Amino acid sequence: MHFSLSDYLSDIVANSIEAKAQTITATLKEFDEIIEISVVDNGCGMDEETLRKAQDPFYTDPSKHAARKAGFGLPFLVQATELCFGSFSIESKQGIGTSVSCTFGRTCIDTPPLGGVVSAVTALMTMDGDYELEFIRIRDGEEYSVKRSELLEALGELETAGSINMARTYVNSLEETI
Amino acid sequence: MGKMTLADLKAMRDDKKKEIDRRETDKAVTVIIGMGTCGIAAGAKATFDAMIAELNNCDVVDVVVKQTGCMGFCAVEPTVQVIANGMPATIYNRVSAEIGVRIVKEHIVGGKLVSEYVYDNPSKDILAD
Repeated sequence: MHFSLSDYLSDIVANSIEAKAQTITATLKEFDEIIEISVVDNGCGMDEETLRKAQDPFYTDPSKHAARKAGFGLPFLVQATELCFGSFSIESKQGIGTSVSCTFGRTCIDTPPLGGVVSAVTALMTMDGDYELEFIRIRDGEEYSVKRSELLEALGELETAGSINMARTYVNSLEETI
Repeated sequence: MGKMTLADLKAMRDDKKKEIDRRETDKAVTVIIGMGTCGIAAGAKATFDAMIAELNNCDVVDVVVKQTGCMGFCAVEPTVQVIANGMPATIYNRVSAEIGVRIVKEHIVGGKLVSEYVYDNPSKDILAD
């Protein structure tokens, strides 16, 4: 299990980047009763059989490490939503993309803490690869969004410790306002 | 600090760039942090945060920091690889935020391995890949 909701967000978006998505939209919304996380990508997608297996903890993409049989990313998320009066859905089409959506009861005692949203977003914005990521954050009616292309344009690159730190400062300033 | 705009962010970058341009720098150091499900579950984001902060504290802002998926060393996450000129490419294991700070100070700035956290016995099935 992951410690926080931000960790689940990191894990799902990392899947999209590994699936070579060009465009990813990640949303984190907090309402009165529920917290909703959704990730939509146009990566390689999965066929029906792979989609079913992806929710099995003893299956992983065989191209990663041939001898390994454990893939806990999605199973962790499914288990967490089941424990927290939440919901989980995933849709995927090979060659088109994947969309994951889940909710957690905001007042459920077993719902993990939100965790480091700023860390999660900064890390996801600064991964290797040529992808656009938009992160949309809504909390009780207030909202902000960050796009990777905007950060790249402002900072020139997102790979050095200096740029990553400035991106973090920027995301933190937005998170503090909501 | 109040809410920043993208123009504020660009101005911050231009200020920093002037500082960096005054110094002799090269991107000779690369840090790679494992950020798969296993790394995230073991606290790799806290390590990432702490190392970025310490690199900026120590004013070595030109270090390239990359993230990667599961490197296959799930049992000893968070793992961090450091590739620096004049030093052996090194994989560290069980790198908490505190150890990440030590790696920046001792390995990247000081040129000395943090020996007790060097991962010198990697998973055999991964080495065979």
